Amino acid sequence: MRLDLVDITKSFPGVLANDRVSLNVSSGEVLALIGENGAGKSTLMNVLYGMYRPDSGEIRIDGQPTTFQSAADAIAAGIGMVHQHFMLVPVFSVAENVVLGVEPTGALGSLDIAKARQMVKEVSDKYHLDLDPDALIENLPVGIQQRVEIVKVLLRDAKVVVFDEPTAVLTPSEILEFFEIVKSLVDAGKGVVFITHKLKEALHIADRIAVLRRGTVVGETTPTQADENKIAEMMVGRPVQLVVSKNSAQPGEEVLSVSDLTVLDPDGRTVVDDISFAVRRGEIVGIAGVQGNGQTELVETLTGLRAANNGSVRLGGDDITVASPRLRHEMGMAHIPEDRQRQGLVVGMSIAQNLVLTRYHSPEFSNGVSMDWGKVHDVSEELVKNYDVRTNDVDNLASTLSGGNQQKVIVARELSRDLRLAVASQPTRGVDVGSIEYIHSQIVKERDAGTAVLIVSTELDEVMALSDRILVMYRGKIVAEVDPKKTSAMDIGLYMAGSKPQGVAS
Amino acid sequence: MSATVMLSAEQRKQSRNTGVTLIILGVISAVFFTQDGGSAGFGLTEGFTLNLSSQRFAQVLAVALVGAGAFQLYRGFGRLMNVFLATGTALFVISFLAWSASGESFNFTGMLQDTVARSVPITLGAVAGILCERSGVINIAIEGQLLFAAFTGSIVGSILNPWFGIVGAVASGVALGGLLGVLAIKYQVDQVIVGFAINFLSLGVTSFVGQRVLVTKPEYNYLTPFRPIDVPLLSDIPVIGPSMFEQNLFVYFSYVVVAATTWWMYRTRWGLRTRAIGEYPKAAGSLGVDVLKLRYRNLLIGGAVAGLGGAWWPVGAVGRFDENITGGRGFIALAAVIFGRWHPVGAFIAALVFTLAEAVRLKLGNLDTGIPSEFLLSAPYFVTLVVVAGFVGRSRAPKSVGQPYTEQ
Repeated sequence: MRLDLVDITKSFPGVLANDRVSLNVSSGEVLALIGENGAGKSTLMNVLYGMYRPDSGEIRIDGQPTTFQSAADAIAAGIGMVHQHFMLVPVFSVAENVVLGVEPTGALGSLDIAKARQMVKEVSDKYHLDLDPDALIENLPVGIQQRVEIVKVLLRDAKVVVFDEPTAVLTPSEILEFFEIVKSLVDAGKGVVFITHKLKEALHIADRIAVLRRGTVVGETTPTQADENKIAEMMVGRPVQLVVSKNSAQPGEEVLSVSDLTVLDPDGRTVVDDISFAVRRGEIVGIAGVQGNGQTELVETLTGLRAANNGSVRLGGDDITVASPRLRHEMGMAHIPEDRQRQGLVVGMSIAQNLVLTRYHSPEFSNGVSMDWGKVHDVSEELVKNYDVRTNDVDNLASTLSGGNQQKVIVARELSRDLRLAVASQPTRGVDVGSIEYIHSQIVKERDAGTAVLIVSTELDEVMALSDRILVMYRGKIVAEVDPKKTSAMDIGLYMAGSKPQGVAS
Repeated sequence: MSATVMLSAEQRKQSRNTGVTLIILGVISAVFFTQDGGSAGFGLTEGFTLNLSSQRFAQVLAVALVGAGAFQLYRGFGRLMNVFLATGTALFVISFLAWSASGESFNFTGMLQDTVARSVPITLGAVAGILCERSGVINIAIEGQLLFAAFTGSIVGSILNPWFGIVGAVASGVALGGLLGVLAIKYQVDQVIVGFAINFLSLGVTSFVGQRVLVTKPEYNYLTPFRPIDVPLLSDIPVIGPSMFEQNLFVYFSYVVVAATTWWMYRTRWGLRTRAIGEYPKAAGSLGVDVLKLRYRNLLIGGAVAGLGGAWWPVGAVGRFDENITGGRGFIALAAVIFGRWHPVGAFIAALVFTLAEAVRLKLGNLDTGIPSEFLLSAPYFVTLVVVAGFVGRSRAPKSVGQPYTEQ
């Protein structure tokens, strides 16, 4: 089968999401679709999957123009989609999820669950996916859940399988397994579209790479013709520094020291399990781990948003275990939270207001009862300039900024003062390559100025590039401390998955 | 992170509550029910009355309950916890009855029969609620659906015949289900608000028309309710037979509806899809399931079931409509949905528990126990409150219930 997208244009009020995009993919090949957040990848795939109708342009299957009114039409035409956020019902079994929508039925429309099990087993065996049809989704690790999604697609006779950011939630070893699965799909004659923003992966798996920028295809290349720098340049439109340049750290005295910290969630489960570590002046400590292993709760506890059940947190020798977030802030702690839209910014307020959120109450901006908005405005203008936030007016709403610029606003607010400790959680999630480069350089600059920095990220590449030391979290515990210069990503990945690299004594 | 095998804080709390409750029941039994030395006659079958010494029974029960409670606190019954709690509560109720009826006799089987009969609208209301909520739409309007159906059923049944009354009641339930659907699904109005609006609409319209029309034309509000029909063989079983199988058609309807809904929900394609759209509608939508259409369909079927429940008053019980005749049964049905953990059989059992409290109240009213009647009147609601707050704990509602679904 050959699938053609021809001159697809799709606009939303105020945004031209896809502008005459043309792509094609044939059986037995992998097309990587690469682009930054907001480049129009998701819109394009929703058009292909029948969720959106294009304003103009057409979809052709083996040369025949087709229109999709709904996802059901796209499925019937042989297009399968593995969504970034899995479309699985957590309380259903694997078999129930797989057959949903194409249920085998017996007498009186009753569900033939034995047949469903059989169907799952067949596909799973054929592609060596090793699935238990009766397992409940909510008990399965994400890597296995993704295989369930793949079986779902295969069972519907997909000829072209679209993967939307499939590796975002996987550990490095799961990613390798995933690539094996992709290869077996290609061998079985499927066409694969692989949507990603990770350059390495695109180069590793794709036969062809199409680069999307601001809604248009800016170029197509192959892994043999291009390298990471070239593709990054195509994505951003200018040369990009992909490697974080930094000198070796000059650690000083301990600034943050955490001892025996334990945190329970509201259900009484231990999410942070008896953790002790320290971060020193002038070093960047990275916390690696698969999402959901207690990093979020650890950061919330360190920054005062969540109460510790046991243990203590000290900042420069002072016990701050029960200190309020504002007190911590005043003591020189900065927090770049993982969810910038909900925790980092008030998106319904202006950029200027967001920039002074942590100090609007200081005498600098307020005298007694009233705010000095003129001063706020001036200070914001200055910050926006210094931190390269791309906006023409600081009085615009924060929601009008792109993800990267929103993140720069937070970085500007948090780092533009004398600090002792900076805690940054997923500092570059969903941020474009150009902004990543900038934010990373700011974090390194902060370290060199003598701040202790704690980075938490589920992107292993990011943790490895920035950190001077790496702590790996697994099920609430720190299971390893490694030196990024001396340890391979593969080994850290094994720690992240709860096992140990070979040759390491237990 | 995957769930650990350990008990969550919630479960531990529930386990502790259960132990404490058993002990409290035991202490009440020891302090109060051992006061009276007389024996109470429990009429079981026509020729057989069980005489129970209330004092002796209460003493034995008190020891057993305190023992069980202590064991629960100390070791825990684990999976059998709810069985012990249910048995303990049932025996406590019998002890309470023995104490109240001390020195007299009463028809125990008759009381159970009454319980089952009165459970019909609550069971059907709860099944209606389950049909809606499993598909992701909150139905607070059960009370309004029952009330409007009772009203329509009475008028249509009086003018034509009781069977048409049922048809009319079902139709009005479907209509209100459709109204709920249009407002909640199409216009995405807050579902709780819509539900309340429908409840007040029903109460207002039926009361107004009732006062204006039915008072002056009583012939539009008078019909002969269904008579009990004995099921051959089954009705010969002692105690259970008369309680469950010497009833009128409505009781048998409710059995059929509970069984059919259970089968439907767990053994058919429709049920699988319904549960899927209540949990994660996007997943079903991405596989080509028409989420909105299926939600409408569930609301309409749910409306029909609630309509049948509403017809119980005129056609299955009292033979007429009175202002606000449902008296909050729709809200008890809502509690039964939660207590029954969104399962039709669970809801049926919950409905029986709630109506047992009511039946006991009616019996005690006749027995003249000296307990203030206001207290007795509130018994079913009180039981509802205690059960929902105390024992259900955090039962798992369909995850997407109450959230409108938008197709992209």
